[in-house]
Amino acid sequence: MRITCPYCGARSSHEFAYLGDAAPTRPDPSAPDAAEAFHAYVYERDNPAGPMDELWYHSAGCRRWLKVTRDTRTHAITAVAFAGTGEAAR
Amino acid sequence: MSRYSVLSLIANALTGQTGWKPAWRDATPKPAYDVIIVGGGGHGLATAYYLANEHGIRNVAVLEKAHIGSGNAGRNTTIIRSNYLLPGNEPFYEWSMKLWEGLEQDLNYNAMVSQRGIINLFHSDGQRDAYARRGNAMRLAGADCELLDRAQVKALCPFLDFDNSRFPIKGGLMQARAGTARHDAVVWGYARAADRLGVDIVQNCEVTGFIREGDAVVGVETTRGAIRAGKVGLAVAGSTSRLTRLLDLRLPIESHALQAFVSEGLKPLVPGVITFGMGHFYVSQSDKGGLVFGGDIEGYNSYAQRGNLPVVEDVAEGGMAVMPLIGRLRMLRAWGGLVDMSMDGSPIIDVGPLPGLYLNTAWNYGGFKATPASGWCFAHTIAKDAAHAFNAAFRLDRFRSGHIIDEKGVGAQPNLH
Repeated sequence: MRITCPYCGARSSHEFAYLGDAAPTRPDPSAPDAAEAFHAYVYERDNPAGPMDELWYHSAGCRRWLKVTRDTRTHAITAVAFAGTGEAAR
Repeated sequence: MSRYSVLSLIANALTGQTGWKPAWRDATPKPAYDVIIVGGGGHGLATAYYLANEHGIRNVAVLEKAHIGSGNAGRNTTIIRSNYLLPGNEPFYEWSMKLWEGLEQDLNYNAMVSQRGIINLFHSDGQRDAYARRGNAMRLAGADCELLDRAQVKALCPFLDFDNSRFPIKGGLMQARAGTARHDAVVWGYARAADRLGVDIVQNCEVTGFIREGDAVVGVETTRGAIRAGKVGLAVAGSTSRLTRLLDLRLPIESHALQAFVSEGLKPLVPGVITFGMGHFYVSQSDKGGLVFGGDIEGYNSYAQRGNLPVVEDVAEGGMAVMPLIGRLRMLRAWGGLVDMSMDGSPIIDVGPLPGLYLNTAWNYGGFKATPASGWCFAHTIAKDAAHAFNAAFRLDRFRSGHIIDEKGVGAQPNLH
């Protein structure tokens, strides 16, 4: 599996560290339902069989966080962008 | 159906082997059952067997989307052991070990349970202390173990590299009762024993939906029609989220790929199971002679039932570091399983979370050894609507209440367990 880093180009997945699903976002800790929201954020996952947005860190490369769209059934990668800015490869 | 025995062997030898019957019926689904178990792997078939044998619930169907034993039951490295640390885990796995020890007599089937021992290698004083602590925890739960020094490990496994500059071998924690079993025979043995008690084993029957009455689950939609049931138990490992998605449930699990490998056949070499945790490598030798080995999971979500080359390289490097002779061997096969990694690395066997639904999941990379106790406890949980003491800690709501069982202490990051 090769990931096309927007900065470094196509590199082996061995160069990257995996965080997981990009969908969960940190809830507001002052919200009245914060305990429930944090339980879902920390522990519950959609775990889809199919396309999934996920966060990879190019630890042995440019050390940027990437948002990778990958099909979990085939490992085919359809899109890669910087996680922070959403900027894709030029 | 006749029992297997020396007498049946002789009788069939004298009659040209024409008297053998299929070991289980290829059942056609009935419109309704008392209990439906989804998933015809080791755990599902064991559950059905113990429901019928221990609890007298015989109107049971096991639904399997392909053929039985074609998922993780056929994709593991067949190791059985009970060398866990935490109080929520160890009594359960030791119960599983005891069930393994009586399994063949219980099922009247040769599962080739071979208690040839497991050695977890350690390389430093700190790791030695950690394994001594683990060994004490095992003994408190009634399991056996022995802390081996370097000379004792060397006597058993002279082929290891004891003077590796980074990870010199200082000794190992040995559980002599651990070992291996024949994965297919476990599936077939449970299937045959369950079938004899009246359980319907329905193959090529994929669950595509659930029949609901209000919140309650009262049956399943399948590729072979709708089937109603008083209770529905899920034992589908890495495919659990695919099914619970149909019920709008989100679970604390991720599906990952785990690879394993087998070498060409050798004369007897490896005495039992050897784990080299620091190098992400473990190895045993099958009865056919091939070395069976593996390492870490792939580390990213996957339903592909296959891995990638970086892990092949990682496992080979770990193997070369601890056991240089494997560099002379040819690898025969590699395969990948679809493992259900949980947020704390421990399983879930629980009632609910919906009325009529029962969950058996989150086996991580260690489901094979748990097969008998998983089935035994899941059957108890389904029959009594309550967990047995052995699986009392394997609750789904432990993540909400904070009673997590994290053997490695790495937190809610499934790819690190």
